[in-house]
Amino acid sequence: MKIGVLAEAQPGETRVSATPATVGELRKLGYDVVVQAGAGDKSSFSDEAYVAAGAQIGDPLAADVVFGVNAPSPEQLDGLHAGATVVSLLSPALKPELVEDLGRRPITALAMDAVPRISRAQSLDVLSSMANIAGYRAVVESAHAFGRFFTGQVTAAGKVPPAKVLVAGAGVAGLAAIGAAGSMGAIVRATDPRPEVADQVKSLGGEYIAVAAPDVEVSSTGYAKEMSDDYNQRAERMYAEQAKDVDIIITTALIPGKPAPRLITADMVASMKSGSVIVDMAASNGGNVEGTVAGESIVTPNGVTIIGYTDLAGRLAAQSSQLYGTNLVNLMKLMTPGKDGELVLDWDDVVQRAITVVKDGEVTWPPPAVAVSAAPAAAAPAPVVAVKAAAEPMSASRRFLGVGIVGALLFLLAAIAPVALRGHLVVFALAIVIGYYVIGNVHHALHTPLMSVTNAISGIIVVGAILQIGHGDTAITVLAFLAILLASINVFGGFAVTRRMLAMFSRS
Amino acid sequence: MSIETAAQAAYIVSALLFILALAGLSRHETAKSGNTFGMAGMAVALVATIALAIDRGITSTGLGLLAAAMVIGALIGLQRARSVEMTGMPELIAMLHSFVGLAAVLVGWNGYLLVEHALNGPEAQLLDAQGTLGIHHAEVFIGVFIGAVTFTGSIVAYLKLSAKISSSPLVLPGKNLINIGALVAFAVLTVWFVISPAMWMLVAVTLIALLLGWHLVASIGGGDMPVVVSMLNSYSGWAAAASGFLLENDLLIIVGALVGSSGAYLSYIMCKAMNRSFISVIAGGFGIEAPSGEDKDYGEHRETNAEGVAELLRNANSVIITPGYGMAVAQAQYGVAELTRKLRDAGVEVRFGIHPVAGRLPGHMNVLLAEAKVPYDIVMEMDEVNDDFSDTSVVLVIGANDTVNPAAAEDPGSPIAGMPVLHVWEAENVIVFKRSMASGYAGVQNPLFFKENSAMLFGDAKDRVEDILRAL
Repeated sequence: MKIGVLAEAQPGETRVSATPATVGELRKLGYDVVVQAGAGDKSSFSDEAYVAAGAQIGDPLAADVVFGVNAPSPEQLDGLHAGATVVSLLSPALKPELVEDLGRRPITALAMDAVPRISRAQSLDVLSSMANIAGYRAVVESAHAFGRFFTGQVTAAGKVPPAKVLVAGAGVAGLAAIGAAGSMGAIVRATDPRPEVADQVKSLGGEYIAVAAPDVEVSSTGYAKEMSDDYNQRAERMYAEQAKDVDIIITTALIPGKPAPRLITADMVASMKSGSVIVDMAASNGGNVEGTVAGESIVTPNGVTIIGYTDLAGRLAAQSSQLYGTNLVNLMKLMTPGKDGELVLDWDDVVQRAITVVKDGEVTWPPPAVAVSAAPAAAAPAPVVAVKAAAEPMSASRRFLGVGIVGALLFLLAAIAPVALRGHLVVFALAIVIGYYVIGNVHHALHTPLMSVTNAISGIIVVGAILQIGHGDTAITVLAFLAILLASINVFGGFAVTRRMLAMFSRS
Repeated sequence: MSIETAAQAAYIVSALLFILALAGLSRHETAKSGNTFGMAGMAVALVATIALAIDRGITSTGLGLLAAAMVIGALIGLQRARSVEMTGMPELIAMLHSFVGLAAVLVGWNGYLLVEHALNGPEAQLLDAQGTLGIHHAEVFIGVFIGAVTFTGSIVAYLKLSAKISSSPLVLPGKNLINIGALVAFAVLTVWFVISPAMWMLVAVTLIALLLGWHLVASIGGGDMPVVVSMLNSYSGWAAAASGFLLENDLLIIVGALVGSSGAYLSYIMCKAMNRSFISVIAGGFGIEAPSGEDKDYGEHRETNAEGVAELLRNANSVIITPGYGMAVAQAQYGVAELTRKLRDAGVEVRFGIHPVAGRLPGHMNVLLAEAKVPYDIVMEMDEVNDDFSDTSVVLVIGANDTVNPAAAEDPGSPIAGMPVLHVWEAENVIVFKRSMASGYAGVQNPLFFKENSAMLFGDAKDRVEDILRAL
């Protein structure tokens, strides 16, 4: 089959859906690749590079599978032949008219931005790979507009305080921003309605600011949900306080299929210091900040820059093209089980089902919901309990069986043993148990000293030999003499060598 | 209070001291006091026993011999303990195990000579009156059997560890049948002996056990030695416990059981670290099943030199060193320690990642590094460092092979598949110190050597480490 790579029709789009590197990967899967002339120009991939990687330059619309970054324009769609498959970002939830249009055509359309958030599909998740880049770029943009250091410095010319950055929403973009800002030396705070991300924030060097909330929000889709009124009021107070304190705010709050929540009001913007910067990463969905203009950077009367660029990922065009292209390659790997260049749509696979917006001219959007276990806190326990309930009785019963068998054997042994032996058996059994528990928590590093000390201790057999020596019989005395000698080597040698070893262990 | 009851009381105190000794050894902080407890327990037991022996009318010749034997034994033991190289610890420990085994055999034979050989003697009459004469027969037999297996098993382990015989597994046809046959013969003879004791049976069982011990350990490869040594440790404990039953001495029973169960547990830990069942280790012959897909082309390995490694180390943020038996063989631990000190002084984070079965003895690497004065708090277990390799600039693999083999994690068809290994290949750079491209004890080729981020540094580990030190 042939894969066609479109030159993006949308103005301002710098990305391309395949790079020379991913072309190589696609060819390994058995596909021929046709790239539209000049498709990679804005991402610094020349036509020659594509040709060198094994692609042809030609008309991508004639191909069986057509790759795009954004949804193809109506003209491009008109050029497709029947039965073709389109793979691109489609935002089916936000653009019902596009879905309708696609449904009128005899094609199949796959939306890369509808990949469910399950671990298996992570390698296809465009939203994550793009958000990662955008989060990084948001920090770079803010640093550019900020006009000061991020890191605190003490110089001969005076002390420079570090910049304070607030990241609203600790999703993929937020986390990338936290990491980038932190590595530039800023003090980073982050907030998110999902308390389970606190650890992730901390792991990147950020400080997690919780909105003191009684109702813990866990979403079943892996994305944040809209919050209750009470919660919103407390969040507002928190944002108002932070706005006065921080220098840079980066907002990333998006709720799929809904307008972006308003987090920062005009009053809060007005309360910020002059020279502060806000990057609103949700600008394309209406913005988290009052006053954001999508696609532009504006300066408020009190000197606060609000950046509303919607193409943050595209500003690192080569990188985002590579990652997006790799996402597509991974999708093709999933959908090309034979590695023979034949695309197979597996309707039983939740991932493939979820991204299919139109199948052979029939609208299949929205797909049935895929529950995600990415929300660990409250959602997870239910299935885990169920699994445990199934597993535990088995291991417990096995343990009971084992203990039962050992117990029965001991019982038999003790029952047939004469009275004189019984006391010894009790001692023996208890000592075994003690030995097991005492050794159970020995540090790995001390295994050798442990062995040499048990060695010395098992020289206790000397006690037996001592009681046998010197009772008349020569043979017994000779044997006992030898036994005492050997055991003594053990006792003295064992303890001495242990002492020597232990003396060597020292702390730095 | 007679001497007899006083001795029994002393035995209880001594047994508790031994338990404290083992408990103390579980942590670095308390290990030294644990050893002292052990010595105190032994002293109490010896004094009580000698008093008891005098009370029971030991002849003066006997007393003299007793003293002589103890003094000679003590001198030999202390001398060995002082002179042993830390790299030679496995051999010493195997040797000491064999002594316990032999002593148990001798004590068992004495028990026979004292009772069964003189069935009309006072001891036998006494046991008969108690109705435990049959039990005594069985105890003699079992004690001698376990002792003899421990004895020859440890001797073979000693010879293998000190490279006096080849460490490759001995493969006799039907080796499992030999083992099982020996056990069956032992069981039959035991029953027979209990019914009508005779000297030839004891001789026979001694010989069978000696051969069984020899065969058992001879058919286990050198790579499994950590398991074998701790297994023999366990056996020596059971041998002591069997002697305890024989002599109706609770102290021996307690100590034997302590040592026996602790040794068994250690073997279990070692087996888990190699992802193998205890039975399969005992049954031996690990290397035999190895050559599957051995003709695979792994590609080219890259070679580097001491200067290159020094350069790499100088620019590294963090270094993890994963030593193996090769470091012990080359006696490279001092150079490695010196290297560690230099790098740490230069601000490089240096840690050690120790695989549970690195070396030929549980904890072998830790002892070597401690000897060279590497602080123990930078010496980590496998589980402690395994997640950190991806953030590590340089990993130095010194004389380790199977414990860093990615095939265990990645190739389900590999003979060592599923064995937990150190994930060194996740680091930015891996330097492998190795004498040649030969495979490790498991006889499995190591794809690590052919990975793009790894480079080989051939030659004697000690010399190479010193070269790097000079180049730094």
